[in-house]
Amino acid sequence: MKIQSVKDLEQIREEYSKRLYYPDAVKVNIGMASCGIAAGAKASFDRAIQEFPNGNGIDISQTGCIGFCEVEPLVEILGPGKPRVMYKNITEDKILETIQDYNENNFKKKWILGQMRDPRSFLEDDIENPLAGVTPLEEIPFLEEIPFYHKQVKIALRNCGYIDPDSIEEFIAKDGYFAFLKALHDMEPKEIIMQVKASGLRGRGGGGFPAGIKWETCARHDGDRYIICNADEGDPGAYMDRSILEGDPHSVLEGMLIAARGIGSNQGFLYVRNEYPLAVKRLVSAIKAAERYGLLGDNIAGSDFSFNVRISTGAGAFVCGESTALMTSLEGKVGRPRAKYVHTVEKGFRQNPSNLNNVETYANVPVILLKGADNYAKMGTTHSKGTKVFSLVGKIKNTGLVEVPMGISLKDIVFDIGGGVPRKKKFKAVQTGGPSGGCIPEQFLNLNVDFDELTKVGSMMGSGGMIVMDQDTCMVDVARYFLDFLKEESCGQCNPCREGILAMHDILTDICAGNGKEGDIELLEELGMMIQKFSLCGLGTSAPNPVLTTILYFREEYEAHIRYKKCSAGVCKPLFHYEIDEEACNGCTLCAKRCPEEAITGEKKAPHEMEQKKCIKCGICYDACKFDAILIK
Amino acid sequence: MSQAAQNKSVQFESVPSIDIDYMELDDIIADEFNNDKENLIMILQAIQRCYNFLPRPALAYLSTKLDVPYSQIYGVATFYSTFSLEPRGRNIISICLGTACHVRGGERVRERIEGALNLHDGETTEDQRFTLETVRCIGCCSLGPVVKINEDMHGHISYDQVNKILDQYE
Ligand SMILES: Cc1cc2nc3c(=O)[nH]c(=O)nc-3n(C[C@H](O)[C@H](O)[C@H](O)COP(=O)(O)O)c2cc1C
Ligand code: SF4
Ligand code: SF4
Ligand code: SF4
Ligand code: FES
Ligand code: FES
Repeated sequence: MKIQSVKDLEQIREEYSKRLYYPDAVKVNIGMASCGIAAGAKASFDRAIQEFPNGNGIDISQTGCIGFCEVEPLVEILGPGKPRVMYKNITEDKILETIQDYNENNFKKKWILGQMRDPRSFLEDDIENPLAGVTPLEEIPFLEEIPFYHKQVKIALRNCGYIDPDSIEEFIAKDGYFAFLKALHDMEPKEIIMQVKASGLRGRGGGGFPAGIKWETCARHDGDRYIICNADEGDPGAYMDRSILEGDPHSVLEGMLIAARGIGSNQGFLYVRNEYPLAVKRLVSAIKAAERYGLLGDNIAGSDFSFNVRISTGAGAFVCGESTALMTSLEGKVGRPRAKYVHTVEKGFRQNPSNLNNVETYANVPVILLKGADNYAKMGTTHSKGTKVFSLVGKIKNTGLVEVPMGISLKDIVFDIGGGVPRKKKFKAVQTGGPSGGCIPEQFLNLNVDFDELTKVGSMMGSGGMIVMDQDTCMVDVARYFLDFLKEESCGQCNPCREGILAMHDILTDICAGNGKEGDIELLEELGMMIQKFSLCGLGTSAPNPVLTTILYFREEYEAHIRYKKCSAGVCKPLFHYEIDEEACNGCTLCAKRCPEEAITGEKKAPHEMEQKKCIKCGICYDACKFDAILIK
Repeated sequence: MSQAAQNKSVQFESVPSIDIDYMELDDIIADEFNNDKENLIMILQAIQRCYNFLPRPALAYLSTKLDVPYSQIYGVATFYSTFSLEPRGRNIISICLGTACHVRGGERVRERIEGALNLHDGETTEDQRFTLETVRCIGCCSLGPVVKINEDMHGHISYDQVNKILDQYE
């Protein structure tokens, strides 16, 4: 069937809403994004399918992920007239029991994350609640009441975890492609761009450039215009783009279609990071489905508008996330950035006007058209509208993908949503912006997270990695870590970046090895300033940020490394050793059992001893001791 | 490239001689990717999937087929980190050194694996059993530190589990 009008979409929506909201049989949705699969979701899925092959009264289905990585595999079960229940940690061994329990109305509190109350996303707040009339379970919270979800608002992730990413019909059931058809049939291209401008949407890939202005400039230049999606996701602690592509690929295609209509383009490209095979697979299947329905291809929905999309995969070069490098790489060449005297919106891919946006940016676009730009702009701060997805990772209790309104405080994200630092350790900093960003210390926890506020404290939004660090994270080592990454990834065509990063990296390596000298900090600052000023592309100009912010906020740690040869976090091996605190040690023997070098000895229930010569500082005993009896000295 | 020159370059790298199926290469280059220069990176990826690395004779052939200078192909093959010009091992170990895994001790896991196999990043054991690679975030940060071996994900790895995990792979 080829979609011709909104009527056709409505027909599909009606049919498949039933499947999503009021199924005839019990429906089991298993979260199968990469991280869910790594946690065992695929095994659970296979087990369930084997037990209940189709038509057995139980419908086993896959979805993307709803972001709560910490308690994966996540399984949602719903049935006619029954509550919708989200179960956590449902590994292969638990899946059948979970389904059976649900069928028998036996709801094990311990296995349940929460119950669902539809509608859930920003987009659906005006849909009547399909669960009205169903008696909720007692003493089990609704999903949005639990701290991890309470402050989240889902726009970009609106469908992730709620629909089968391989089903275009389920996407349509959640209002998918309605915005595009509206743009195609009822709006002038100029109007589309005006709407996106009015929404205040800024690019989610790093720089935060206003999307509407980019579109407008691109549309002004003549040539075969291209719509390109940046799915290179190079920040080594961010995976929201992957999650969107794996959980809701059509939302990105719809955003690109709307951009193509607004800007006037017939060809789109998705540049996907090489390490994301599942994202590519789901995209391929999404593109085929959209073509089948006539939503991609020639003369879309009976109009004179044609648009095709192709997927291109990267090959492991961080710098290819940069716009000019990405476009050169798309041409099959070595992806080195070029100076932007002429912007890519004028001369980009194949020397033609090209509009590049990030995955999350495109995923936001349909919502803007559906809900109206003013509605969208109501959310967020003066200059940062809407929401942002963060990957909340590192030393945090609730690891996961969270989508929050711009302007929420850092503290809300880390402590309310994230549950704070595990194991009663002390919070030290949050790193945002990836290798271009910085470490934000405790004193700024009240900061209202948006593009400008993060820049003010020396960090940046970046693509949304948010890595929490605790007392056991050494800030000098973190700075060294990022430069180690950047020195590998610098494309090497300009001196300040290639040589400067290397020089800074060498100094930091020396400091971490105990060979730091007086004056090193000042030298780092000077080099950093030079690299920032004279590098060609964003990789170089932002490379010193992780070093400069850690010097700014954690100078005493640098000084301790250089002057006193001490690493109080217990990371830089030559600068600390472990000791057992005789008073605190109760002789539980755990450390002695686990030490791979047999460096710890002692009688049961008596304080243990550590033989320094044997110890290789692997940290196992430190992590294992439940009584804080192993000290870093 | 002449046969002799091919042999020479192969010898130079001390790469075991391998048979290149030029018909299959043609399928990749022409049918799958339209003889299109712009698809060079994806063609290389396809060749690497076939051979597990990029054999030089295949690159030379590619150069004539696409009419792209060999130097440019070589440039692309060395610029992008996923390409390997040397044969890789039967098992590929990818240690995650993303930021989240790093702060959770990924570096120590790396040290242990490097020590156990006496290998560095990008190298292959002599018996071709393992190739060691590092990756930056495979998106399973909640399981960090993570090591991926072939398609298997090993999460929450601690220093002392390394040997046991490696033993599972022949
Ligand atoms: C070194 C470097 C790496 C980048 N990596 C990415 C990336 O992985 N993903 C991304 O969306 N943007 C990345 N960017 C930003 C892009 O250059 C570009 O600004 C962005 O894709 C534009 O889309 P947006 O306006 O929707 O954010 C990177 C920039 C630099 C300088
Ligand atoms: S700043 Fe670095 S990455 Fe950017 S162009 Fe120069 S050398 Fe290449
Ligand atoms: S740090 Fe490692 S080697 Fe040293 S005592 Fe503890 S467990 Fe043993
Ligand atoms: S684990 Fe802690 S308490 Fe137990 S023996 Fe070791 S140091 Fe003592
Ligand atoms: S819940 Fe799937 S990305 Fe983690
Ligand atoms: S940092 Fe290792 S999986 Fe994300």
